[in-house]
Amino acid sequence: MKANRKNNRKVVTGKISRRTLISGLIAAAVLPVNALFAGDLEKNERLLHDLDDPTKSPGPGPSPLGKRSGFEKPVRKPSDISSRTPLQDLHSTITPADLHFERHHAGIPTIDPSKHELLIHGLVNRPMKFSLADLKRFPAITRTCFIECAGNFRTGKEEMTPQDVLGLTSQSEWTGVMLSTLFNEVGIDAKAQWFLAEGSDAAVMTRTIPLSKAWDDAMIVYAQNGEAIRPEQGYPIRLLLPGFEGNMNIKWLRRIELSEAPYMTREETSKYTYPVKDKIRMFSFEMDARSIITFPSYPQKVSKGYVEIRGIAWSGRGKVEKVEVSTDNGKTWQLANLQEPVLSKAHTYFRYLWNWNGNETEILSRVTDETGYLQPTLQQLVEARGPNIGGYHMNPITAWKVKADGSVWFKPEKYTDK
Amino acid sequence: MKRRITWVLVFPVSLLFFSVSSRFEVLDGQKSLTDTAKKAVKFGFGRTATPKEIASWDIDVRPDGKGLPAGKGDVKTGRIIYTTKCAVCHGANGTETPGVKLPGAALVGDTLAKARPKTIGNYWPYATTLFDYIRRSMPYNLPGSLTDNEVYGLTAYLLNANKIIKADVVLDAQNLPQIVMPARKLFIMDDRKGAPEIK
Ligand code: HEC
Repeated sequence: MKANRKNNRKVVTGKISRRTLISGLIAAAVLPVNALFAGDLEKNERLLHDLDDPTKSPGPGPSPLGKRSGFEKPVRKPSDISSRTPLQDLHSTITPADLHFERHHAGIPTIDPSKHELLIHGLVNRPMKFSLADLKRFPAITRTCFIECAGNFRTGKEEMTPQDVLGLTSQSEWTGVMLSTLFNEVGIDAKAQWFLAEGSDAAVMTRTIPLSKAWDDAMIVYAQNGEAIRPEQGYPIRLLLPGFEGNMNIKWLRRIELSEAPYMTREETSKYTYPVKDKIRMFSFEMDARSIITFPSYPQKVSKGYVEIRGIAWSGRGKVEKVEVSTDNGKTWQLANLQEPVLSKAHTYFRYLWNWNGNETEILSRVTDETGYLQPTLQQLVEARGPNIGGYHMNPITAWKVKADGSVWFKPEKYTDK
Repeated sequence: MKRRITWVLVFPVSLLFFSVSSRFEVLDGQKSLTDTAKKAVKFGFGRTATPKEIASWDIDVRPDGKGLPAGKGDVKTGRIIYTTKCAVCHGANGTETPGVKLPGAALVGDTLAKARPKTIGNYWPYATTLFDYIRRSMPYNLPGSLTDNEVYGLTAYLLNANKIIKADVVLDAQNLPQIVMPARKLFIMDDRKGAPEIK
């Protein structure tokens, strides 16, 4: 078996190098000729027309760094404090790293990876520091999951895209070391119940996390979609807490302190908390199940006949069990197809084939997760939490209005007396 | 059942290539987040952190006062520091001025639970958080530049402006954790575990 594999590799290498050589020779021979004729071409109308035809002249050769087609221009939508993922421009669940949403509280730090260290101390047997090189030596693991900001909810006008409504959620394939592996290395004191995670940005961002999450599925990650994490996402390392609100996934991580009690940092008291009736709810870690139709959505247009309705669904508490789509203002619901593999705590792509009769209607989606939780309407959330409902942990059903002319509009709903 | 079969097939091979069998476990889904270490291993990577290294980064403060440094500060000196280092972004008195959009949020308001804007007086459950936050993040343009005495003074000033402590209080590591914030009684821990009920 071993010998076989070796042979295979040899053959492949041989082929590639021969081919590379030949194409190189051709390019060398042809390019100068093309250049010579360039002047004449411009005068010749018929040939000029051929320039639009990609089969009539060779294109550019290989380059060190690829880029998008000039015809594709997906962009994040930045405000002063965040930028949003163009969900309507994506066709599956991995967010290209340069389109991953951003939210930071004091800008993006520039960190030299060769100088960056992670300190783990507090209620541990041995306080330790790990360099990035140390972290990469530990057994690694790769996991695909979403990160969603807890403040990912906007409404207000019909001219809103999925990006405007809930563009603060993105998905990547993350690689790094299990936090439990590092905690084994330092040895955790039996009294420890929580840990503080701290970033090395100018906000020196801190959050307290229950220790159980470390033994469950928390990771320290250094790679995103196969390459080093982007600076906006925490280069060179960030904490990854699958399913937990985005803010807790501390970026630019430099310190973890084990503790018997929570720290009650500003971000877990003054922020990321919300009124529930007469009380203020804090420590909402998991992101509740949610879904949105990304096609068709504002400002797209549809035509009478078959329209494949598409979107994403996810839950911070596990897998998506099912997604239902309604094309009649929420009166009846049909099961959508889920794109396999359906991963835990991950954006899951859904599709539903609709034959539109051309009449004005509303289309909606709702998800049920594996705990049996069904995505609520805005009205249900208001009934459960009261009219002072805040902007955090809002996951209502999103409705799109389809007009008879095929135009699609967001349906804003009023939800507070303010 | 399916898994059993996989194991039977893989077993003889896995004796030769240990990594092959661990691959199969990962493929089983992301529920089993097993890396190649089968049990708790001490790898010997990394090094012991020195007490000096820990002290230079360990700036957090807990509600019970753990982490509060030596030093003190009063309302009067706090007000002077506020005027020179904070007012430019948070306003002369830290209050919200209708029609004016400041770079920083309002810091002074009412202590009534329903009062808006949400500020220290009506929305912050712990006074220690104020010390911790100002010391690590403010002033926004120059974080980490304040002395511990200055932070005590600013904390005293802002707590007094929010009608939580008297004007003659001198704050230090002993009395700061004793302060009971008006909003404290409003805060409840989320107890939802995931289930059909909407809460
Ligand atoms: C350059 C403008 C600027 C200056 C100067 C400044 N701040 Fe801030 N402050 C901000 C901004 C912006 C925020 C919000 C940061 C965020 O989004 O996380 C903030 C937030 C705060 C908060 C948290 C408010 C809340 O309700 O969560 C406090 C407390 C605070 N500042 C205190 C101070 C103090 C004390 C000083 C003076 C030492 C100061 N600030 C100086 C801009 C400033």
